[in-house]
Amino acid sequence: MPKSSTSSRLAVRKTYKLYVAGKFPRSESGRTYLVDGDNVALASRKDARDAVVAARAAQPKWAGATAYNRGQVLYRIAEMLEARRGEFKALGVAGSEVDAAVDRWVWYAGWSDKIAQIAGGANPVAGPFFNISAPEPTGVVGVIAPETLLGLVSVIAPAVVTGNTVVVVASNPQAAITLAEVLATSDVPGGVVNVLTGRAAEIAPWLASHDDVNALDLSGVGDSELATELERAAAGTLKRVVRPVSGVDYSEDPGTGAMTALLEIKTVWHPKGF
Amino acid sequence: MTATATSRLSHLADSPADLRTFLHGLPGVDKVGIEARAAALGTRSVKTTSKAQAIDLAIRMVDLTTLEGADTPGKVRALSAKALRPDPADPTCPPVAAVCVYPAMVPTAAAVLAGSGVHLASVATAFPSGQAPLEVKLADTRDAVAGGADEIDMVISRGAFLAGDYAKVFDEIVAVKEAAGPAHLKVILETGELATYDNVRRASWLAMLAGADFIKTSTGKVGVNATPPVTLLMLEAVRDFRERYGRQVGVKPAGGIRTTKDAIKYLVMINETCGDDWLSPDWFRFGASSLLNDLLMQRTKLTTGHYAGPDYFTLD
Amino acid sequence: MPLFDYAPAPESRSIVSLAPSYGLFIDGEFTEAKGTFKTINPADEEVLAEVALAAPEDVDRAVAAARRAFESWSALPGSERAKYLFRIARILQERAREFAVLESLDNGKPIKESRDVDLPLVAAHFFYYAGWADKLKYAGLGPDPRPLGVAGQVIPWNFPLLMLAWKIAPALATGNTVVLKPAETTPLSALFFADVCRQADLPPGVVNIVTGAGDTGRYLVEHPDVNKVAFTGSTEVGRQIARSVAGTGKKLTLELGGKAANIVFDDAPIDQAVEGIVNGIFFNQGHVCCAGSRLLVQESIASPLLEALKRRMSTLRVGDPLDKNTDIGAINSKAQLDRITELAGVGSDEGAERWSPPCELPDRGFWFAPTIFTGVTQAHRIAREEIFGPVLSVLTFRTPAEAVEKANNTPYGLSAGIWSDKGSRILAVADQLRAGVVWANTFNKFDPTSPFGGYKESGYGREGGRHGLEAYLA
Repeated sequence: MPKSSTSSRLAVRKTYKLYVAGKFPRSESGRTYLVDGDNVALASRKDARDAVVAARAAQPKWAGATAYNRGQVLYRIAEMLEARRGEFKALGVAGSEVDAAVDRWVWYAGWSDKIAQIAGGANPVAGPFFNISAPEPTGVVGVIAPETLLGLVSVIAPAVVTGNTVVVVASNPQAAITLAEVLATSDVPGGVVNVLTGRAAEIAPWLASHDDVNALDLSGVGDSELATELERAAAGTLKRVVRPVSGVDYSEDPGTGAMTALLEIKTVWHPKGF
Repeated sequence: MTATATSRLSHLADSPADLRTFLHGLPGVDKVGIEARAAALGTRSVKTTSKAQAIDLAIRMVDLTTLEGADTPGKVRALSAKALRPDPADPTCPPVAAVCVYPAMVPTAAAVLAGSGVHLASVATAFPSGQAPLEVKLADTRDAVAGGADEIDMVISRGAFLAGDYAKVFDEIVAVKEAAGPAHLKVILETGELATYDNVRRASWLAMLAGADFIKTSTGKVGVNATPPVTLLMLEAVRDFRERYGRQVGVKPAGGIRTTKDAIKYLVMINETCGDDWLSPDWFRFGASSLLNDLLMQRTKLTTGHYAGPDYFTLD
Repeated sequence: MPLFDYAPAPESRSIVSLAPSYGLFIDGEFTEAKGTFKTINPADEEVLAEVALAAPEDVDRAVAAARRAFESWSALPGSERAKYLFRIARILQERAREFAVLESLDNGKPIKESRDVDLPLVAAHFFYYAGWADKLKYAGLGPDPRPLGVAGQVIPWNFPLLMLAWKIAPALATGNTVVLKPAETTPLSALFFADVCRQADLPPGVVNIVTGAGDTGRYLVEHPDVNKVAFTGSTEVGRQIARSVAGTGKKLTLELGGKAANIVFDDAPIDQAVEGIVNGIFFNQGHVCCAGSRLLVQESIASPLLEALKRRMSTLRVGDPLDKNTDIGAINSKAQLDRITELAGVGSDEGAERWSPPCELPDRGFWFAPTIFTGVTQAHRIAREEIFGPVLSVLTFRTPAEAVEKANNTPYGLSAGIWSDKGSRILAVADQLRAGVVWANTFNKFDPTSPFGGYKESGYGREGGRHGLEAYLA
């Protein structure tokens, strides 16, 4: 939206670029598109490619961080988001939604060191073996995000709290990039969350077919034909697919499903004996 | 043994620290894994001609044993007679490998066995605890040999072993070996008291390094005697020892082996661990008493085609 | 001539009475189909029986029967469903010997494995999931988890009855009904299982068995009235299925191929490691998706380890699957034998050194001697492609980090093995391996309580344990 100045001072406008590897680059294509009067970066397939490289590079270290540390980082995101509520309101996001988004980060922050206890555990096998199942992050997740801020947070947070890294295709560029600015100032390591703005129909197929993407979250895909096409492409490397469900109310208790969908269960056996 | 191997061995013995480093450098043993392997070998099905072959081999491997406070010359003479002719009704039945008795009974057994080819083994070294001064142990050994024993079954000092004094155990074996002179030395590890498989592997190597001709599992006098996994481990040890130093050492499980079925499991274990070279009474023995009659009953069943009864076999 | 050889000890096959032909099991009855095919004993190529070839209309009938049965089956109290499953488990225990012989006849696997591994696990699996049927609300999947409906299940030929158990037990416990297609070359144990269902008085239509080949399976998974698809088999077919269910909303679980690294460190308990290597690749003729087909051995112990491995391999007994002393049975089919032979040929052509112990293979039937290739590198096809046979590729590494890197350098991620006496190393390596099952100082262990399934192209979803319920509940 055009930002009119109430004083005589001319406002300094923000340039909405992409968020990749912790930096805010323009699209390599040099393209922008107009959204509410702003020229926002129109991401290309090569931007998607670069974002996947960044996400992959960041993933082992992020997953290797302690769960406590990831929880702290997520809580820091909540703090930073809270501090920037005004910016989101200026973008037209309702205050209650910003509040809900902040609370969602807090909620997931607390999950970081609990989900493994909920999703894993010891298995009483019939033999002299120590046997334990524990969840691990799937890896790099391509996320086609819902339009709202709360929806966006509700798909990013469960993916990253467990140690995945994400490449997000956002359809609400200003809010998404502003959220990226929150992330960039919240101790989130570069590359853990990458945000591409542009057209899902153009970028998503490259993520769906990318051999180095492990999972695909289609929550924000409204077009069922596109969703099917993406799911089919994802089958090429057997990506885990989170299918779109119509009419999700993101203000409801999200449960653990959004996290477990992006987790792999690893089961380790070891004999027990003197 | 090659000259280099010998010098390497004597070098190890020179230093308790080196000996410890060597023994602790042996590969570990996973309890679950070795027990699973022993159990799997126990599922081999040995029937018909193979079974007949196995039974005769097992009889030839028996160290027919009596080690009781109540042993008398009469009992020992009877046992020795049985060793020569396990099945008086069947002249094709082979004799056992040896008779095994306390030192005091050696002359009695020797009188029966002389010239028969059946060996005479005597436990010595303050059997079964080994808790006596070295001099007593050596005297015990010399007496047994002087009385006619050509095999000595000594016990190691488990206390010294468990206390980490490997050099003491080593030196004792060397001394007993010397005292035993021409007699073959079987070293009883008493694996039930060593408690872990890692200890059994170390004790096996320790005994072999010190000159044991045989390594033997047990005295038969403690709660846990020969078990298939312990014997499997000792077979692996003699196999690996020969590969490394070129000297072949025998194995003797003792105590608790009572049935033909059990004995055959041990033969299978030799067959698939060490192979033909150990499938002989020269390199494998069963320390047992009641096993022999079960072998004889099964043998009779195979030759007659019907099940045998205990009343038809001598009880000595 | 060895001093001690084992005389033949064949398990009697008289315990199995085979009919000349079998129909499809639909709605509690065996019914005929237009086409048939023959199933043979891979050990001697004799025909065992003729089996119905399910056409699309037969699959339609089966799905319709399952749909009808779903209403009452899903409405049944969990405690009642549990009792049916307990009953099935018991009957399987009582008929274990018969099933073991049958499985060895149709599959070619050694009787000692069908008897000591497959059948005990099959019964255990039904027992395990029987107990879940009335406890689903405690499974951590929500207060009132609901069944999905009709499950279309397609299973492979390597563990025919065990894979059936992995599919049917959780599906039924959770209140779903099933249409299951066994593999073309091993349909018999599933058909005998149909008889077990009747013995147990399982309501008609709850379990339906349709026999056939790939087309039957494809038609089943693509059937519009199927709500859930579960498949175990090759990654290639898994991909096709994932494509075909895209956009349908069917819940899908896939258990696919693997190329597991079995990593042996220099401090490994060596004799047990050798057993683990042998068990890892020669168990079930190597027809195991989680087989330890890539041996990664620390270079410093490669030579003694390989010597010990070869010595051990020389004691493997290849031959009659029904002989109780057989360690390696028949390759399941001519097609599979051709594939193994081809890839082994590629291994030789690419310069790897091939070794097999001397062993005589029977004249008739499908056989492949246990084989190892040394001097293999990551660039060799036999280090990358799943051979699904008794063929081991041996690679070396220098450091733990290199071992992990090589182990993970594959599109697959089903299983892995670690051999070391050092606890912290085991845990660190286990953490870094991208595989769904990690066996440390053991290999190829299975248990109904232990979730099984892969990362990456080895599929998704877990079978076994509490996690196995998730695939069948909404």
